[in-house]
Amino acid sequence: MSTHHILIPKVSTLVAVWAALIVLTGVTSAVSYLELGEWNIVVALLIALTKASLVAWVFMAVRHSTTLTRLFCVAGLAWLSILILLTYSDYHTRDWTYQAKPWSTNKAAGDSR
Amino acid sequence: MDASMLGMWTFLITEVLFFGGMFAAYAVYRNMYPAAFASTSKFMDVILGGTNTAVLICSSLTMVLAVRAAQLSKRRDLILFTILTMIFGTAFLVIKAFEYHSKWVEHLIPGFDFQYDEPRYQHNAQILFFLYFCMTGMHALHMIVGLGLLTYLLVQSVRRVFNADYFAPVEMIGLYWHFVDVVWIFLFPLLYLIGHRR
Repeated sequence: MSTHHILIPKVSTLVAVWAALIVLTGVTSAVSYLELGEWNIVVALLIALTKASLVAWVFMAVRHSTTLTRLFCVAGLAWLSILILLTYSDYHTRDWTYQAKPWSTNKAAGDSR
Repeated sequence: MDASMLGMWTFLITEVLFFGGMFAAYAVYRNMYPAAFASTSKFMDVILGGTNTAVLICSSLTMVLAVRAAQLSKRRDLILFTILTMIFGTAFLVIKAFEYHSKWVEHLIPGFDFQYDEPRYQHNAQILFFLYFCMTGMHALHMIVGLGLLTYLLVQSVRRVFNADYFAPVEMIGLYWHFVDVVWIFLFPLLYLIGHRR
């Protein structure tokens, strides 16, 4: 059952990660009160990604896991990116109107030549 | 051992995509109605939301300490940290219930006598509150399932099932618990911190 080598984490490491997560929660709350325009969401998501990475890497022991497990994690993130990016880019570009270019011969787009 | 852990990771990836659908909907609608979404932040309690974030982070620490205790065959520590994790998890749900209750009192339940103080956002702000209840509701449901799993863990620990040679269930429940924590780490800034600076 336990033939493979088990790496038991140090309590100090776990407490340090916990402290970092608490500090980052305070930072993301404080930064949200600053007026940074479009950068508010960027900073908030970067801090959330950092926190999630800390939890996965240390608490979920990805740092001690096999290459296959890590491959599964990356695959999950890849599918999530496809899901969100393709859905978002579809809706984001729906109202982009077609503009006739000088070389266009499309009658429907208003070409009078 | 490795096979069960890989199976748990596979399950968690399906969970990532399950919540991912709601995050995608959030991205699309926030892009459509940024002002209406930003206007909802003054109805979100940042203190309670932030406290709940901290409570969940503490529960993740006690969870990982419970896994460590199992790996070292420390039965008393395993029982202690499992109970602490359950206390933090219950505290999260209690705080969440108070938040839901204040939404009810303030008529902020979408589709159910929804009344918004800015009439121009009456319809579009409802979308955010709909997403809020979907996402936090599904998250709370996962917490309740997690508390059930921890109860099983507690009973089995008391019955001396786990030791340094057999702790796979402890590790797997730990992975699940941390995943639920990670979901909240993204929900907190996206739902509570959108636009209260404006």
